[in-house]
Amino acid sequence: MSDDLQNHGAVFSLLSLQLAWRNLWRHSRRTWLTAGAMIFSNVLLIFMISLQLGSYDMMINNTLRAFSGHIQLQAEGYNENQRMRRSIPSILSLTRRVRESLPDAAVSARAAAFALVSSEERSFGAQLIGVQPAWEPGVSTLPGLISEGRYLEDPDAAEIVIGAVMARNLKVGLGDEITLLGSGWDGSFAAGVVTVVGIYRSGMADLDRSLAQLPFGYFQATFFMQGHGHAIVVALDDLDQVAPALSTLQPLAGDDLVLLDWDALNPGLKQAIQADMSSAWLMYGVLIVLVAFSVLNTQLMSVMERTREFGVVSALGVRPSRLAMLVLLETALMALIGLAIGLFLGWLVALYFNTAGLSYPGMEEAAARFNLPDRIYPSVSPLSLLLGPVVVFGFCLLAAIYPAARLLRLRPVEAMRAA
Amino acid sequence: MSGSLPIAALSRLAWRNLWRNYRRTLIMLLAIALGVWAMIFMTALMRGMVDQMVEDGIRSLPGHVQVHHPLYRDDPSIENSMREPGEAFTAAMNSPVVTGWTARLRVPAMISSERENRGLMLLGVDPDGEIAVGFETDTIVEGRWLESVDDPGIVVGKKMLERLETGLGKRVVLMSQDPDNEIADRGFRIIGVFEGTLAAQEEAYVYAGRATVQGMLNADGEVSEIAVAGHDYRDVGKLEKLVKEATEGLDVEVRTWKELDSYLEAMLGVMDGFVLVWIVVIFLALSFGLVNTLMMAIFERIREIGLMQALGMKPSAILYQILLESLFLLALGLLLGNVLAVASVYPIRDGVDLSVVAEGMEMFGASAMLYPALKSDDMILANTVVIVLGILTSLIPAWHASRYRPVEAIAKT
Repeated sequence: MSDDLQNHGAVFSLLSLQLAWRNLWRHSRRTWLTAGAMIFSNVLLIFMISLQLGSYDMMINNTLRAFSGHIQLQAEGYNENQRMRRSIPSILSLTRRVRESLPDAAVSARAAAFALVSSEERSFGAQLIGVQPAWEPGVSTLPGLISEGRYLEDPDAAEIVIGAVMARNLKVGLGDEITLLGSGWDGSFAAGVVTVVGIYRSGMADLDRSLAQLPFGYFQATFFMQGHGHAIVVALDDLDQVAPALSTLQPLAGDDLVLLDWDALNPGLKQAIQADMSSAWLMYGVLIVLVAFSVLNTQLMSVMERTREFGVVSALGVRPSRLAMLVLLETALMALIGLAIGLFLGWLVALYFNTAGLSYPGMEEAAARFNLPDRIYPSVSPLSLLLGPVVVFGFCLLAAIYPAARLLRLRPVEAMRAA
Repeated sequence: MSGSLPIAALSRLAWRNLWRNYRRTLIMLLAIALGVWAMIFMTALMRGMVDQMVEDGIRSLPGHVQVHHPLYRDDPSIENSMREPGEAFTAAMNSPVVTGWTARLRVPAMISSERENRGLMLLGVDPDGEIAVGFETDTIVEGRWLESVDDPGIVVGKKMLERLETGLGKRVVLMSQDPDNEIADRGFRIIGVFEGTLAAQEEAYVYAGRATVQGMLNADGEVSEIAVAGHDYRDVGKLEKLVKEATEGLDVEVRTWKELDSYLEAMLGVMDGFVLVWIVVIFLALSFGLVNTLMMAIFERIREIGLMQALGMKPSAILYQILLESLFLLALGLLLGNVLAVASVYPIRDGVDLSVVAEGMEMFGASAMLYPALKSDDMILANTVVIVLGILTSLIPAWHASRYRPVEAIAKT
């Protein structure tokens, strides 16, 4: 008996499915037009979302890898106001301990000072960074962007690596000497003469103009650092590892030091992404609601033109809820068609631009500002492909609720009399 | 007679047909209104953001057209400076296209307080000239603005003041180099503090009197930059021509802000493209529903259309009737959409506060206040696209309907 019932149920739902499918094609042109609206917006959403996600990834990675790393350990308050005295004592031994507790990450110590940099002809203020030549290439892409000469090697040599714009402004080349003037950690006058051994070209005008790197040992001696430094930089393979690494490092930070993640180090970055994402979703929302209106209209018409038919079947004993389910099923099938075709076409489009890259007039200028290359490669991932279409699917089903709910109030006799 | 119904009769027919299935018409009307609203409202927001960006960018160093020594932009040192403009230039600037002009020294310098030092741009300015090209004195939040070209004080940014751990009335030392590449330095008292629309500006510039800076750098009568402002930053052609003529024969380079800041210029271009793409995309999303609605309306009336044809109505009259129906629908939707758009821009005309993402907006070069810019050009574009493309799209179902054969159409159930 119970077997019978179950069979009955299964047959019935298969039947509804068949019925819904056939109903869909009673007005094939209308169905295709409605599905067409879904396909159109699905393809557009997939393209836009994969483009956005792709460019966010690049923006974050390029910015973090260029210089800041994913996590930094600093003295309390140094990030807000980079004062010489807000420093980490015995930084090299702490750096070694950080390196031991995060064996997979790249870890390097830095010290920073602001100084007047002078060549024979020119003087400019510049940010000087003392770096560990052996470890710095792991946390920053700058050492790899040397366009002339070489990167630093000896941790104690009187050498400097400067940006291309700074080299041009100072009118210096490889082998030329530069004088540094600033104040040391103890407040005394600090001066040194260093030789330019390398010139880097990062494409980021700010870095290329104002940042120079010296070996850590030489920096220590020149600025009377007495073993102090300003930051321990940690670079990880991807953003997912940031949270676990932070908890691993927490005991090492103690009370005087703070751990800063990439968001704290680059405060504009996450917000720029948020601002961009929310304004984009405002637009996507309009598009999706328009598609939902299309579905609402189609399903309402399809319900109204079948009033008599529904009247007859409900007079024969089919419950109104069953009829409402049928309408929802029809909508779901139609939305599935839109989803499948839209997903396929969207995937093709995203895939094409994923290999070919995308560029439009004006993008080069915008890209330079956001540390992006002048071509954007959309990301092709389940998230970037499915996010848009799934939301469209959901809203289409929502739109069918009103037409379906009308059936719940269906009065068989009146319905059968309807014109 | 009945074959060529007057347009008035056709319109009445179309109008009545529109309301035979009022639910469908209302839904479509709502969709069109929403689409048109989105076209105009979102465009106003985006336009507002970019306009603000450009204005802030220009305000950060005023002057729609700037004149420099040809090598200055590549190597902004005192060595690449020019003589202060003479009487001929001053006379030429006395033109209605010029709203103000000024000449400034602009050199990289290092500023040191007792505790900290930083690099920035030292601007030796004529205080009244700066105001003439757009410096707003209400950005001075503490102290006062410079009084004359030989004012001995300096005006620094609020952020820089914090960085230097100093305050109003305190002394700082500015260091730069003179034309002989010797280090030139001078102590200054901080007489004013300014606030920039973008935080970066507060750390980038320090203002001092032009003659004072010229004295400090042993560069009497030398300036790095002449800035000229006009009425509208979008239209700098005339201004550029005037400045070029005025500097004819001098060894200088004349550039408009568009050439000086290619990011801003590019953003304006991207915006124009974006507005068009956005309007067309929304229209396309609407068009599916529009065709669908008309098709359904026609489908329900096939017999009726056949009958009318059998009675002698010309196919063209049927075509017109359906196009009119579509036109009414579009016009109503447009009306509603425009009203909605204007009504929703109105309450936020004084700006939307986006300070939650202020630092992110600054990355775009935009400030935290967003002022929507409702432009008649954009509204006209949106309305034209909807009407023209809407009628074109409606041609397909209307043409279909006009080609029914009377007998077949009547026989259809």
